[in-house]
Amino acid sequence: MFRKKNYLALGAVTLLALLILSLPPRVTAHLKLTIGSLFLPLFGLANITQQLPADLADSVLPRRELLQQIDRLRRENDQYKVLAVQTAAIARENDQLHLLLGWQQQAPWKLKLANVVMRDPANWWRTLQIDLGSRDGLRENLPVLTAEGLVGRVSAVGLTRSQVVLIGDPNCHVSALVENPAHDTGILSASGPLDTSLVDLTYLSGNASLKPGQNVITSGLGGVFPKGIPIGQVVDSRPVEFGLYTEARVKLSANLGALDQVWVLFP
Amino acid sequence: MNLFRTILILAAAFLAVFGEATLPVLHHWLGAQVDLLPVLMVYAALNADIATVSLLAMLGGLWFDALSANPLGISILPLFAVGFLIYLRRDLILREVSFAQLVLGTVASAIVPLLTVLLLLTAGKQPLLGWGSIWQWIVMTAGGAAATPFVFALFNWSNRALGYQPRTETSFRPDREIRRGRL
Repeated sequence: MFRKKNYLALGAVTLLALLILSLPPRVTAHLKLTIGSLFLPLFGLANITQQLPADLADSVLPRRELLQQIDRLRRENDQYKVLAVQTAAIARENDQLHLLLGWQQQAPWKLKLANVVMRDPANWWRTLQIDLGSRDGLRENLPVLTAEGLVGRVSAVGLTRSQVVLIGDPNCHVSALVENPAHDTGILSASGPLDTSLVDLTYLSGNASLKPGQNVITSGLGGVFPKGIPIGQVVDSRPVEFGLYTEARVKLSANLGALDQVWVLFP
Repeated sequence: MNLFRTILILAAAFLAVFGEATLPVLHHWLGAQVDLLPVLMVYAALNADIATVSLLAMLGGLWFDALSANPLGISILPLFAVGFLIYLRRDLILREVSFAQLVLGTVASAIVPLLTVLLLLTAGKQPLLGWGSIWQWIVMTAGGAAATPFVFALFNWSNRALGYQPRTETSFRPDREIRRGRL
């Protein structure tokens, strides 16, 4: 049954696999990005294929429709300009109050738009890759969000691509705060493998007064996520470990299953 | 070693990994992504040599891990284990029968993710597991099983269409030619 050639193959593959597994994490991260870059031409091809129907649709859109769209966007733009002026005035006032009270001023958020290029092919992780890398100024642990709310954090950075670990993955823990009078804080941790819209908020105090619908935001503790990024809303809560602490389920504001573009936040 | 077949299998593995990472349709509908590498391993173990089986395990595993949050190299051993066992017993398997292909595809698609998760837990990693993982495992197994006969049919067709076919021997033998003289 066993021939010399089979023995050799078995030994060689086992040895190589063990060798790769025992490499230092830094080397493996580099190797991963190098091997992953083999797929770059296919990613480009896939992007072109995805854009083709949209481009075709654009090219046959009637002129009247386009003019209506421009008009609508112009009006929206005017509204946002007014809002931006108001927000700037509020920010100035806020800065002055911070100065009067001697509080540290908050730096304005800088955001960079990124396209989602792929998702984790393994079912037991919740990660994705974006088309921004170290040449765009990305580094590990930067928060990633959408207009709806927090999505996750950058976990590995390559030259042109980065890996984002999403909320609900066992490697993404977020310190969160419930917007209720008690300002209960807890840790967002891994959820079930099927439903990407619900996560568990654990280590809330035993007498936490949680009600369904209360907003959950980042607490700013831990130094990775700045305070105030919306996460989701409380669905329900239950006492755990004989009432020692409370656990709640949170419905995420961002739809993690349908992410095409995300914002990387530079605090 | 049929080089064309080896290249075809490796190219299919490359495209399969890329497809799994960029086409989340199944994940949206069923909550799990089907892995085609075990299916390709079944085909390679039944039809190719041990070098192709080893190459598929190495490269397929590395490609998969490079696009995933898995530690690099963790998928190699489960893939190779399944491929190697089938390769050793392949003379006893009716490889042309669709039912045999289906059963092997089911077993391979069920064992590879289990072994990978087991290795991840042994390595101290914390993969996302729960009751829903059983459903994901069923989807992966059923998906792999359903894909196996199609993969076999596709490879057989491409081998016939593009591969080198050995020249068939003619039954003509010059020493047995009947030479007729003038009547």
